[in-house]
Amino acid sequence: MSGHEHDHHDHDHSELSETQLRVRALESVLTEKGYVDPAALDLLIETYEKKVGPRNGARVVAKAWVDPAYRARLLKDATPAIAEIGYAGRQGEHIVALENTPKLHNMVVCTLCSCYPWPVLGLPPVWYKSAPYRSRAVADPRGVLADFGVTLPKDTEIRIWDSTSEIRYLVLPMRPAGTEGWSEEKLVELVTRDSMIGTGLPKSPKDLAK
Amino acid sequence: MNGGQDLGGTHGHGPVEPEANEPVFHAEWEKRAFALTLAMTAPGGWNIDMGRFARENRPPGEYLSMTYYQIWLAALEHMAKEGGLVSDDEIEAGHSLQPPKPVRRILLPGDVAKVLYRGGPTERDTNTKPIFGVGDRVRAKNINPLTHTRLPRYVRGHVGTIERVIGCHVFPDSNAHGGGENPQWLYTVRFDGPELWGADSDATIKVSVDAWEPYLSPAT
Repeated sequence: MSGHEHDHHDHDHSELSETQLRVRALESVLTEKGYVDPAALDLLIETYEKKVGPRNGARVVAKAWVDPAYRARLLKDATPAIAEIGYAGRQGEHIVALENTPKLHNMVVCTLCSCYPWPVLGLPPVWYKSAPYRSRAVADPRGVLADFGVTLPKDTEIRIWDSTSEIRYLVLPMRPAGTEGWSEEKLVELVTRDSMIGTGLPKSPKDLAK
Repeated sequence: MNGGQDLGGTHGHGPVEPEANEPVFHAEWEKRAFALTLAMTAPGGWNIDMGRFARENRPPGEYLSMTYYQIWLAALEHMAKEGGLVSDDEIEAGHSLQPPKPVRRILLPGDVAKVLYRGGPTERDTNTKPIFGVGDRVRAKNINPLTHTRLPRYVRGHVGTIERVIGCHVFPDSNAHGGGENPQWLYTVRFDGPELWGADSDATIKVSVDAWEPYLSPAT
């Protein structure tokens, strides 16, 4: 099996026409039978392409960085705290926020499928659903972090959360140094998707200036 | 089932390869397969656990060589056929050849936002009390069902600590196979790295799974 995920794009392309035709055929049948309304399909796609994505989670994180009372609510019970800013629903019915500290780094995986907190991060990237990540995150998280160019101090505890139930996990990364006095809006720009999964760190003010 | 989906701790898959500026979808068909999968739960009447089982229930070689949306598509076709909603002939023809089966409801455009916002919460009321409490030592049972389970192989037989009592949630092992929701207490169970991966593994890692009460036995 080694290397097949490497080639997933080529693989997609080589089978594109066959799969594309099959999906089209299936959609035609289901539509003709009245089981699906194509306008509803368009809306579903538009929602996850345009409206729901990691920008939502970044707003949650930035608010937690500037507002200690919000941070406390988020860490105590994340689902209602996140709903306060308007994000809720499918694949985020029960969310838990995980606080990174100088001694503890949290990382989220779903070894059994692709569970991911959609309302705050959108749909998962290909690597999150792939065998390399799902197999190694629980056994060799430092090796996985190295694949992302991240090195943590040797004595930092790494805590991996395998999303085996309908609980969805959102990492609350540490606020980068040198951002004292920054507005919430400006802090949003520092919060990356990967920093909320735990495979990355937020951008630094220097990164942002690049 | 001990299928290709149960990947934790398996070797040989190569490095993780993040894609810079990755698009949400990589092809037009992925968008349609994704949306069809979501929309068809309304007429299909299947639940998320049935959907997961339909995806994982295939030869491991097949599971590992398909892209994720190809797996979704195959599972959708399987469930739609099994539910008598479509036939192979119709998919081959690309047209409806038989009259539609009456269905309870379909997803209408005006309901999309509402349905997504509501989601499908899995917590249920209960009169029972959880057997375990925070700090209790528990052993993940050595179970190997041919059916759907959310207890990954890499924790089975190992001892961990209850970190959180989450609540009473729908039990996938029943719900995936027509056994009803059968809600059970759900816990976050934390394992030390060396307990899972051996004495010479990284002692700074801790791994948790969310485990329903039937997966656990007392370890004291």
